[in-house]
Amino acid sequence: MASVAVERPVVRAVEVNRAGKRVGLLLVVLAVIWGLWEGIRALGIHYGWTWPFTVDATSMPHIHDMIWALFQRPNPQAPLLVVTLLKAAAFTAREAALGFAMGAVGGFVLGALLAHSRVMQRGFLPYVVASQTVPILAIAPMVVIWFTSVHVTAWISVAVIASYLTFFPVAIATLRGLQAADYRAVELMRSYAASRWTVLWKLRFPTALPYLFTALKVSATASIVGAIIGESPSSIAGGLGGAILNFSQYYSFQPQNLWATNLIAALLGISFFVIVVIAEKIVVRRAPEHVG
Amino acid sequence: MSVVEIRRVTKEFKGGTVAVQGIDLEIEQGEFVSLIGPSGCGKSTLLRIIGDLVEPTSGTVTVNGKSARQARRNHDYGIVFQDAVLYDWRTVAKNVALPLELAGWDRERRSRRVEEMLDLVELRGFSDHHPWQLSGGMQQRVAIARALSFDPALLLMDEPFGALDEMTRERLNAELLDIWEASRSTVVFVTHSIAEAVFLSTRVVVMSARPGRISKMIPIDLPQPRTASTREEPRFFELATEVREALHLGGHVEMTV
Repeated sequence: MASVAVERPVVRAVEVNRAGKRVGLLLVVLAVIWGLWEGIRALGIHYGWTWPFTVDATSMPHIHDMIWALFQRPNPQAPLLVVTLLKAAAFTAREAALGFAMGAVGGFVLGALLAHSRVMQRGFLPYVVASQTVPILAIAPMVVIWFTSVHVTAWISVAVIASYLTFFPVAIATLRGLQAADYRAVELMRSYAASRWTVLWKLRFPTALPYLFTALKVSATASIVGAIIGESPSSIAGGLGGAILNFSQYYSFQPQNLWATNLIAALLGISFFVIVVIAEKIVVRRAPEHVG
Repeated sequence: MSVVEIRRVTKEFKGGTVAVQGIDLEIEQGEFVSLIGPSGCGKSTLLRIIGDLVEPTSGTVTVNGKSARQARRNHDYGIVFQDAVLYDWRTVAKNVALPLELAGWDRERRSRRVEEMLDLVELRGFSDHHPWQLSGGMQQRVAIARALSFDPALLLMDEPFGALDEMTRERLNAELLDIWEASRSTVVFVTHSIAEAVFLSTRVVVMSARPGRISKMIPIDLPQPRTASTREEPRFFELATEVREALHLGGHVEMTV
């Protein structure tokens, strides 16, 4: 016990140190990106670059202008841009979260069914793959028409559209993960006369979790993209999709507004991602070298 | 009474490989039987047939008067593999408790038994560790505790110490004998090591390859309990020599030991 008590503060200090280094690294990379952007912009304007695009204040606004724009009013009656965008982000987040949840649950169930039976796998997997080759832009209007015809609120159709992007990685990872158990671990279960159901929950599911979380990270960001794209066919103006459409119409006058919107969308995606990472840290107990 | 009765058991795998052929073997209550033989002699397959993890092509296996399948359903088997096969996401205590959980023991009874088992394999104080925090030898001891936790009639061990270094192996051999004496269980033990087989067993079953058959049974009459000095007795060497010669007579063995 004594040795543990002595070791603790040291471990803590090492952890803090490590976290500090990570934040430092992020800041360095941010500074490099900022420097590159402004450097290319300055050189491009100075030498009049026209390839791959004409560099000017419209194509590459200053990064500080994008951030500054967040704290301006797009027109005198409107609230600060950041307020409008955060509201829009909250709206889109709700659609994306529901879409993510539906996609995750649906993908898991689908993956589990496919893992359960080789016949189902052979029969269904090609169609599951094919579903992802149909562009979401082609699916979205149909989903909206179906759901409006049964009087479902528009934001729920957006969630369904987002779930179309999120279920696929989860289904594939579940299928792979549920089959990843070591054969001796399965034999061990067999020697205990465990039912198929017990093997699934006590062995296959825990084995699949790291695979599942890798897929959930992909899905978390994809759900935001799905929600943003799904908003326009659903005629939703209050989300980030609406904001992007709106500001792209005024891009030549106020390019920094669209860029500012993209920053907020990126932040939303990152926060979804981070939530999944935190959940993974809590749920998955693995040897350090297995954590990916 | 015999715990295991194997009658004319043959196993042919898909593709025509005959793993074992015409095996007859009886194992009495309290025996420690080692199966030894060259690679491909079907000793692991025979172990798996006893445990109903592999189905024989022909012949019968009776365990405690029941079919192997019924014995498996009645939780008569404790199995230890070459690798510990612990579940990474479970603590040491929960790994040991796994078979008890599946057998429907309540929480309190489980935790009491887990504590007893961890004492038995000398891992008291490690119950909240995760498998990757333990050495290979400690992991294997957890696997043994897990296999013994529900008092199986039969302990099946498939080269359990094969992946460990010589020193750890000898220490665990001695520990296993202590456990065997304390638990009075019947053990079937697959190994490559002549010294290990002689030191541990009450009987060594020598097998030959292609097809896997029993070529000789050698009763080990070394006195119990066996200690480190057992390995230095003349009788130990005589028996080891007898096993070695039986292995050579079995043919197809490219050994120059």
